[in-house]
Amino acid sequence: MASKANKPELIVNGKRLDGRDFGDLRSLTIEASVLRNADGSAYLEWGNNKVLAAVFGPREATPKHMQDPAKAIVKCRYAMAPFSSIGEHGRTGPNRRAMEISKVTQEAFENTIMLTDFPGSEIDIFIEILQSDGGTRAAGITAASVALASAGIHMKDLIYAVSVGKIGEHLVLDLNMIEDNYSDSDMPMAFSPKDEKVLLLQMDGDFSKEEVARAMRMGLDAGKVISKVQKDALLAVYSKAAAGQKQENGA
Amino acid sequence: MHCWQFIARQLPARNRKMVLEMGAIDIVKGHYIRELAGKGVREDGRGLLDFRNLVIKPNVLENTEGSAQVDLGGTRVLCGVKLQVESPMDDTPDQGNLIVNSELLPLAHADFEVGPPRPEAIELARVVDRGIRAANCVNLTGLFIEAEKAWSVFVDLYVLNYDGNLFDASSTAAMAALMHTKVPKYENGKAIYSEKKNALKLDSTVVSTTFAKLDNTLMLDPSINEEIESDTRVTIANDGKVVRAMQKGKSGSFSTQEIETLVDVSLGKYGEISKKLEHTR
Repeated sequence: MASKANKPELIVNGKRLDGRDFGDLRSLTIEASVLRNADGSAYLEWGNNKVLAAVFGPREATPKHMQDPAKAIVKCRYAMAPFSSIGEHGRTGPNRRAMEISKVTQEAFENTIMLTDFPGSEIDIFIEILQSDGGTRAAGITAASVALASAGIHMKDLIYAVSVGKIGEHLVLDLNMIEDNYSDSDMPMAFSPKDEKVLLLQMDGDFSKEEVARAMRMGLDAGKVISKVQKDALLAVYSKAAAGQKQENGA
Repeated sequence: MHCWQFIARQLPARNRKMVLEMGAIDIVKGHYIRELAGKGVREDGRGLLDFRNLVIKPNVLENTEGSAQVDLGGTRVLCGVKLQVESPMDDTPDQGNLIVNSELLPLAHADFEVGPPRPEAIELARVVDRGIRAANCVNLTGLFIEAEKAWSVFVDLYVLNYDGNLFDASSTAAMAALMHTKVPKYENGKAIYSEKKNALKLDSTVVSTTFAKLDNTLMLDPSINEEIESDTRVTIANDGKVVRAMQKGKSGSFSTQEIETLVDVSLGKYGEISKKLEHTR
């Protein structure tokens, strides 16, 4: 967390610095199937976040002793590119923060992927943050979910993630980098929209009992928009493919 | 030798591999724990929202600036706090640093291996860190000494015996050790470790509560069997007034209603643990 000393005014006249209301998301676009070699992939832009997610598998799990004869194992790597942040060049490779995010992301997807459909195999999820602007773990999960679907991996639901923070007394949706750095609290969450279950939950700062409840509600409400963008991204791939098919047949 | 290893030896090679891989006894044990949970009962007879016996022993190491050993049931965590003069971080030039690390020592459980820290150990340290940091327990501004000089507080958590719920045991050990930390004398740009001055200034006490979920049963302070069998778990740290940190783990899920209930329970448990910490003074 950055020093509070030079903290900018994050809310002016009831609006956030980028003009959003408290409950507004930043602009979100997702494109599915953007990489050739990966079995599934997605490119996401969320505010100034730029995230690439790719999925390989199901393929034979290695090393062999990791294989589970009853179900697939999920491996997840979340990593920030060394050029992803404003300021200095970051360190290459996973740090402790990235390892923790990889772990909780993996656990969220273990819930939603139908693991017993692919015994003995592994499913690899790679999330690369190319440009970061706050809320990268939520962006990564939202992108990876689309990548998994585009890889044709059986899932119970198309999950998404979003973060709710607190600026002064106000709960605000989808913190950007400046808000994240200077806000009082942050609560990233992942949901399966169909049954409204919490798959990832982290939080630090100060939330009253009532605020925790309200933040979860905001996260669920935001899902309506996020889920639609995810589904549209997948639809676009297939409608494009279908259009291509038609053209071919016509020629 | 575990009895299931003995059983496995009696079997033909193919079946033997199956039993070893699937851990037949673990499966039986798991079913038992789950069946009990369904009836609202626990293997050790505790209530669903009871902690195991908690023993806090402060000042167990002389060479540290602060230390404590915590036993939570059979889980034992040792915490050592060291202070060191360093330059403050660039973005917080008027503050000291807090660094929390944890080690799942290979002597703590047969499944803990030698080697670089695994994601579990990193998560443990980061969740303990998040609670203490978010609750502003350690007054970081108070660690500033002079331009370019501030104390760094290293909190090292050594897991000596694993019997479930490392989060709460480690968080309590860290809190206890910090409560008993003395700041060394500072002279001419150096720390004089042989002369301790004031107690480390703490602004609040954070209490960590970890819940496991088995089917639809929620339970506080899971034992090792409960933890292994659980579908999911959540750690909620609070300072008696508000929630300061949360972390969900494992692949199961919670409803938002369940999280709300557990936040309530967590806040209600503050007094019990903070009182035990206070008694060590």
